[in-house]
Amino acid sequence: MTARLLPFSDDPIRPSSPASVSIQFDGAPIEGVSGQSIAGVILASGPLGFRRTSVSGKSRGVFCGIGVCFDCLVEVNGDRDVRACQRRAVDGDVVVTQHDALPGSIA
Amino acid sequence: MSSVLILGAGPAGLAAARAARRRGASVTLVDSSEQLGGQFWRHLPAERPAARERILHHGWDTFRALQAQLVADDGCRILTSASVFAIDATASPSTTGTGPGRVHVIVGPSDGTGRERIELLPDAIVLATGAHDRTLPFPGWDLPGVFTGGAAQALAKGERLAVGAHVVVAGAGPFLLPVAASLAATGSRVLGVFESSRLSSLVRGWLPRPWQLLPAAKKGAELAGYIGGQLKSRIPYTTGASVIAAHGTDRVESVTVASLDKNWTPVAGTERTLAVDAVCVSHGFTPRLELAIAAGCQITDERFVAVDDAQATSVPGVYAAGEITGIGGVDLALAEGALAGHAAAGGNPFDLPGEVRKRRIYEGFARRIEAAHGIRPGWPDMVTDDTIVCRCEEVSFGALCSTAESTASTSLRSLKLTTRAGLGICQGRVCGRSLEQLIARRLPGNTLGDTVSTDRRPIAVPLRLGELAAAARPTDPSPTTPTPLADPPKGPTS
Ligand SMILES: Cc1cc2nc3c(=O)[nH]c(=O)nc-3n(C[C@H](O)[C@H](O)[C@H](O)COP(=O)(O)OP(=O)(O)OC[C@H]3O[C@@H](n4cnc5c(N)ncnc54)[C@H](O)[C@@H]3O)c2cc1C
Ligand code: FES
Repeated sequence: MTARLLPFSDDPIRPSSPASVSIQFDGAPIEGVSGQSIAGVILASGPLGFRRTSVSGKSRGVFCGIGVCFDCLVEVNGDRDVRACQRRAVDGDVVVTQHDALPGSIA
Repeated sequence: MSSVLILGAGPAGLAAARAARRRGASVTLVDSSEQLGGQFWRHLPAERPAARERILHHGWDTFRALQAQLVADDGCRILTSASVFAIDATASPSTTGTGPGRVHVIVGPSDGTGRERIELLPDAIVLATGAHDRTLPFPGWDLPGVFTGGAAQALAKGERLAVGAHVVVAGAGPFLLPVAASLAATGSRVLGVFESSRLSSLVRGWLPRPWQLLPAAKKGAELAGYIGGQLKSRIPYTTGASVIAAHGTDRVESVTVASLDKNWTPVAGTERTLAVDAVCVSHGFTPRLELAIAAGCQITDERFVAVDDAQATSVPGVYAAGEITGIGGVDLALAEGALAGHAAAGGNPFDLPGEVRKRRIYEGFARRIEAAHGIRPGWPDMVTDDTIVCRCEEVSFGALCSTAESTASTSLRSLKLTTRAGLGICQGRVCGRSLEQLIARRLPGNTLGDTVSTDRRPIAVPLRLGELAAAARPTDPSPTTPTPLADPPKGPTS
């Protein structure tokens, strides 16, 4: 078990039934709930780490959740370096993970 | 009629907007988020209505009232998804000749392309940019699954997402309690809350003047509520202990928890390991000072924006409120915001004695929090040579030390340039203050050879080059204000 969206039927705040949103993540379709951030949709679909760092190739994902740390960068519809925690998922978004090579190395 | 620009729509900014409107100013309220409410009232998006969302929040009715009033008011223009990236204090003053400068804003989806740039020239500015979590570095804190407390809180309140199934909450401060409570209310099992400060310093911090607690009873009750809630859901709360390492390869699998002495140095032999799939760590908050610095405001020795009784900063026409003037929680932010908005619109603090009183009460509360939970000097003992200290540039503590030694450098500026620590894309927001302390600790007298502040960031949010090159929309006219917002009914202010 890992990060997960609380099923709306179990939620004590009694939400109405939510609409879904579906995006492409590294080529595979994943589903979330309308209004979620791209980071939230990715986390709830399984991976905690979804970027590799340039120096040591380590895995990173969400850290601060509020747009401060820039650890959650992804490519969205061709735009690189988008903070996944700050960008709302829109149906059909094409999200690709970033594995930045150091300048000068061969990607 | 004056125009007041409010930067940040958290509790402080919302209270400021309402107070300025009550005095008849024309108000523009700007926030980079898509929603109003700031960090405290982060909530579900409009398309996810919930009958009982209020149970996730304190002061939810206060928020709903502020929001409804401002949204319905023609004299308040609200710009969301709008990030202030610079303040040009040297720009020509506004029409009335008192303006504090030109404020540059970019409007559109975060980190998008082709967003719209606008420039504002208000008569007065209220800075209410709040704070973000401060997490001290420890081995493994860069693993996926290690979150700040704020991240867990934001995902729980804003999306109903639990960051893990088996979670530990650690660090310092009363904020750990709402984080644990939110996690529990979102379906996580919280294995424990570990508060670095020892019970004795908590007692010293909270109890030297117990009578001061009486007027702040509301806040006391809120904390008691959290503790009560924890007991109900059986979350153990341990003082004088914290997470000192996280383990795993591509994600966190376990954490080491150890006792800390009164300086927060881990006590050898007390370590134990807990299996987790997430850990949330916060050691307090760092105020977001970059816009205040850009506006030329004086910063205090404790590194908050310096303000007087009217919440006025050292720069004429610039006011500040909320966490950027001191960490004190929502009630202090609301009182300061009301006073700042009122003063920015030409009022005097004596007009609002109720807010002045609240500010005094909650300032006392803030001082107790700092006394009880403030970061202690032994924390670097958690840091090993392999510990990443700058996450963006992946600089380890060992690399930082060996560079300092080989260059005999005592200046933060030169160490940053040689190691790149603090120069990554987060602009030192996450590591800056910890780097300063780690380097200073190795030097005689615990002081750096220079006074470069890691809080200075001329461009506050990243822009795309194309956006920077594109022309900004000429300064928008302020909203016209038909009538001031009605005053509150007589009696205690809301
Ligand atoms: C993630 C997080 C969660 C928190 N949750 C709680 C909690 O549950 N309980 C509690 O007691 N305290 C909590 N706190 C502490 C909290 O900071 C205060 O209680 C309260 O929110 C402070 O109010 P404020 O108005 O000063 O700032 P904030 O609420 O932080 O509001 C500041 C606003 O300014 C905006 N802003 C900042 N920079 C810019 C810019 N350049 N351009 C445009 N907009 C900008 C931000 O988007 C934000 O909305 C939390 C803090 C954080 C960081
Ligand atoms: S998680 Fe920190 S910026 Fe997105």
